[in-house]
Amino acid sequence: MTSARRRRLFMVMSVVFASGVAVALTTYALRQHINLFFAPSQVLAGEAPVDRVIRVGGLVVPGSISRDQETLQVSFEIADNIAAIRVSYSGILPDLFREGQGIVARGTLGPDYHIQAQEVLARHDEEYMPPEVADALKRTSMAHDGY
Amino acid sequence: MIPELGHLALVLAIATSILLVILPLVGASRGNHQLMATARPLAAAQFWLLAVSFGCLVLAFLQNDFSVQLVAEHSNTRLPWYYQITATWGNHEGSLLLWVLTLAGWTWAVALFSQSLPRELVARVLGVMGIISLCFLLFTQMTSNPFVRILPVFPYEGQDLNPLLQDVGMILHPPMLYMGYVGFAVAFAFVVAALIGGKLDSAWARWSRPWTTSAWCFLTLGIALGSWWAYYELGWGGWWFWDPVENASFMPWLLGTALMHSLAATEKRSVFKAWTILLAIATFSLSILGTFLVRSGVLTSVHSFATDPTRGLFLLVIMALLTGSALLLLFLRASSIRSDGRFDPVSRESGLLVNNVLLAAACGVVFVGTLFPLLVDVLDLGKLSVGPPYFNALFAPLTLALMAALGVGPLLRWKTDELYRLRVPLIISAVISITLGFGLTYFLLTPFYWLVALSLTLVFWVICTQIEDIRGRIRNKHHRWQALLNLPRHYQGMVLGHLGLAVTVTGIAMVSFYDIAEDVRLAEDRSTVVAGHEFRMVELYDYQGPNFSATRAVVEVYRDGRQVTVMRPEKRFYWARQMPMTQVALSPGLTRDLYVALGEPLDDGSWAVRVQYKPFIRWIWLGSIIMSIGGFIAISDPRYRLARRRRTATVTGEQHVAKT
Repeated sequence: MTSARRRRLFMVMSVVFASGVAVALTTYALRQHINLFFAPSQVLAGEAPVDRVIRVGGLVVPGSISRDQETLQVSFEIADNIAAIRVSYSGILPDLFREGQGIVARGTLGPDYHIQAQEVLARHDEEYMPPEVADALKRTSMAHDGY
Repeated sequence: MIPELGHLALVLAIATSILLVILPLVGASRGNHQLMATARPLAAAQFWLLAVSFGCLVLAFLQNDFSVQLVAEHSNTRLPWYYQITATWGNHEGSLLLWVLTLAGWTWAVALFSQSLPRELVARVLGVMGIISLCFLLFTQMTSNPFVRILPVFPYEGQDLNPLLQDVGMILHPPMLYMGYVGFAVAFAFVVAALIGGKLDSAWARWSRPWTTSAWCFLTLGIALGSWWAYYELGWGGWWFWDPVENASFMPWLLGTALMHSLAATEKRSVFKAWTILLAIATFSLSILGTFLVRSGVLTSVHSFATDPTRGLFLLVIMALLTGSALLLLFLRASSIRSDGRFDPVSRESGLLVNNVLLAAACGVVFVGTLFPLLVDVLDLGKLSVGPPYFNALFAPLTLALMAALGVGPLLRWKTDELYRLRVPLIISAVISITLGFGLTYFLLTPFYWLVALSLTLVFWVICTQIEDIRGRIRNKHHRWQALLNLPRHYQGMVLGHLGLAVTVTGIAMVSFYDIAEDVRLAEDRSTVVAGHEFRMVELYDYQGPNFSATRAVVEVYRDGRQVTVMRPEKRFYWARQMPMTQVALSPGLTRDLYVALGEPLDDGSWAVRVQYKPFIRWIWLGSIIMSIGGFIAISDPRYRLARRRRTATVTGEQHVAKT
């Protein structure tokens, strides 16, 4: 083989190899680390997988927040227009966590439709509602009107 | 009057940019020198008109002119004057005006520093930048006019600037980031100009190198500032979240880094030409994509000020138009692009190839992780998000592979080399770095993590090989220190850039594995121990700020019975927006940060407090600063200017020959 050909072969091989590895790893990692989003009513309908990290969003139900007096354990309910589920979390809630506020909790679903959250996300300013939550509310309100 | 003046200047800038598109490009295609000569004054005029326009907007903010909608929505009489200025770009319309102003600034800079370049090229480059400018000016004017008035009834008091943005990091972060984003427009313009002209020798690579490097330096600083801001203002101590908005700025950075390196190969050895052109186009496209992601409101973040689908669509059209036509040009000229340099598998060229493949792969990883959820959403297949574990799992091995290659690449010679020649420095470096990396991790850090040991080994590997290389270069000199300073600037810059990366990676490895965060209940005269430091809350009181009320805690920190520092975290409540905000207290240090944040008040008068120990976190940003200093030193290398003069001489010589 001439040196030009060898060089071209080397280049093509390295690019093919690298992109092959990249695609394989990316697909694998994506499958491992995707967090699906569910509305509370979907969770109660049994659509969400158990023991996998998911994201659940809804409005914080007024009066449902309860804090443990000794530790930083807190639990509260989030709801769409149809159903509510309980979320527990240990730690500090975001500044804009309030009753009636749209939030997203990332965590795992236990067998009793109870979310153990690793992270609670609230909006960054008052004009803003997480799009997934807004969407879930819109959908469930249409479903509700349909009954 | 002033807002109208600003708007008039904006409209005049649009007119100027239309002229800037037409006159020089027509001139260049017809060989008309007078038309080509209009490029420079037009570029200057466009810059100054936009500067006036932006100045008027700033003035409107400073004068509390609440008849301007933008001011009424984002400022307030009680806001300190410096935040009134930064409020100008703390919103969609204002930041877009800053974007076009920055672009006009770069255009003007190209006009100023291109005196020795061929006339046709300068005309085409400025014309192409005019096209980009025109697109974004039209976007500003048609969808996001910052000077809209609320008349006749306007509010006496404005809403406030989002308290998260009332911060010094916010004064600098957007302008730096834009300097970077928009700076890649210059590399793009050079490529497109070269494609139009059909003259694809390696000269354009040399001319666009300093521009690309300076854009990269600003982008590096911008990203680092953003990370620093998130660290103390937003993230409860996190410094990078793989948030789509962060990724939006990180993707152009990764490709821009690849571009910097492939430009070196293209200039020196005339290889990878098509690839370099593609990279320049892709880097700028990703910059626009970043603007789209951030500005269209498709993303959930502090950066999406408002959701407006027409804006997103407009930006997508601009991106498709610019990228599409550049790619079409590349396709048409493909036959004339010849990479005539030859090189062996073991050579500097191969090293740069490895660098490019790894960086492009890293960019691909971020791209997929960022856009896959959007794609799924658009196709209505459900809602999902891709979490940080995905990025970490893929990014760590790519970075480590990059570091491993980085130890060898700069030592290789152009064209052909033997690894055998380098066996001594490589073996010495390997022994030292493995000993230090594993030794330090084993003896000083508990618990022992393999990944940390490997990362530190590679950090020392990069440092040792760079030192070996420098030693080789100054070995035969009499005055070694003098010789060190006399090394070429571009070489000094390269070494600094690579060492900066090593510093950043050290910080990332340390803080990712050894940070300690604890959420505790604290009340007056109660204390907690975190990482050998005792945090004692001695006082808790309320006070009033200019536009907020606050609760402040005084926390004394002791180590081994001696007081280290006093920290004062706050919880603020901003009146205008009825918005609470956490003001963290930091005790920064070279080897560790202490971090105290007030969470929320609990029923019995105590507070939920987050106390954190962050080892080596400053190194992340310190490394970024070193990298950009390296970049700026490389640009200052006189060889760019000398080389230009020589090149021009030959070019004009050729033209004379052609005419006769």
